[in-house]
Amino acid sequence: MILNVTTPDGERHELEALAGWRVMEVIRDWGLPILAECGGACSCATCHVYVDAEWLDRLPPRSEEEEEKLDEAFDVRDTSRLSCQILMRDELDGMHVTLAPMAR
Amino acid sequence: MSPDAATAASIATAEGAGPHQTDVTIIGAGPCGLFAVFELGLLDLKCHLIDILDRPGGQCAELYPEKPIYDIPAVPVCTGQELTDRLMEQIAPFSPVFHLSQMAEKLEKLEDGTWRLTTDTGTVIDSKVIVIAAGGGSFVPKKPPIPGIDAYEGTSVFYAVRKMEQFRDRKLVIAGGGDSALDWVLNLQPLAESVTLVHRRDEFRAAPDSVNKMRALVAEKKMTLEIAQISGLQGENGQLTDVVFKDKDRGEWSVPCDMLLPFYGLTMKLGPVAEFGLNLEQNLIPVDTERFETSTPGIFAIGDINTYPGKLKLILSGFHEAALMSQAAVRIVYPDRKIRFQYTTSSTDLQNKLGVA
Repeated sequence: MILNVTTPDGERHELEALAGWRVMEVIRDWGLPILAECGGACSCATCHVYVDAEWLDRLPPRSEEEEEKLDEAFDVRDTSRLSCQILMRDELDGMHVTLAPMAR
Repeated sequence: MSPDAATAASIATAEGAGPHQTDVTIIGAGPCGLFAVFELGLLDLKCHLIDILDRPGGQCAELYPEKPIYDIPAVPVCTGQELTDRLMEQIAPFSPVFHLSQMAEKLEKLEDGTWRLTTDTGTVIDSKVIVIAAGGGSFVPKKPPIPGIDAYEGTSVFYAVRKMEQFRDRKLVIAGGGDSALDWVLNLQPLAESVTLVHRRDEFRAAPDSVNKMRALVAEKKMTLEIAQISGLQGENGQLTDVVFKDKDRGEWSVPCDMLLPFYGLTMKLGPVAEFGLNLEQNLIPVDTERFETSTPGIFAIGDINTYPGKLKLILSGFHEAALMSQAAVRIVYPDRKIRFQYTTSSTDLQNKLGVA
């Protein structure tokens, strides 16, 4: 399956993804610039992405924990998600996400 | 009370700025730095540890104190805080000395070959061996990616409060929804000219009592709460005049502001260790896999901060690295001593050191 990712410099990447992998892990595994400091524990908000609106209703809603962590992200939008909290599955084949601006 | 208060009671912190004398100075009190105390202790080496956080545990304490860890050998599951607590218990017989809430800032070599390490708060520690166990680096406040913010840092933008007086009679904007943001809202509101708290939603993860106090101040019109996000800064020569807010319904608008205090949690930065003259590869420190020594003799690097062919960033790998590093470190501190390899199960000598014989 495919995960489409646009990096902050505007470049679009088509990544081969595996079912069951976290979107953050796919992005990191392909070497794109994602900080993902805590390694997927929903503890740092440095894997913040914007999910294209048409894919949003296929995702499970934000948990309270993800909502709280997004408080530590910047430019949070309705389409904001922490990519460590989204698991790839068949329904998400072809999803497009954009990496959000990161803290320095 | 914080969950680690029980541990904190048993932490020996150093008195005075020093120079303190010890065998090994460990930069970073995360799991690898803590376990290094154990391995070094079995070889009679005394340790001082430095950490930017106010408690031991590193990422285990700061990022996931309550998250389960499943890959510690023989421990099917434990939380980050439990792992830290157990390590503290394990190293207690070796009486490590902690220098917390400070950052290793300067490293120099004295004439007799001793390393002198100075922290950003002025603590000085002399030792024969340095162990860098700094993980992903120092935890420092996240800097918002707002265009042009650098120009205001230190004059109008502050990520921490050192002296409250500098905020007296100023127009403050405080950003964030956690305890830091709320605590400073409550502490600075009485002396500031005005306080605006900006948070992206009308729910706060800070302590309920602080949130209630903040809401009471808003109700009394003693401060302002804006449910919005910061989109820009206005001012010149490092002096802010306005902060630009935005939200979906209202668009963008600006609010007068002399000083902005963003509290968006912490991130990790390598920091002054990068200036220690060591080889670096993408902010990691290359080491050999026999001694885990850096390009500079007497300086070792263990845990997530080092790199070598096949490196895995696992706590258990850091533990292994601590054990091998200790064998090399003891030969530096005691060059003439014959080192015998011993097991804790059978050696009375080791059991005496652990206080279990």
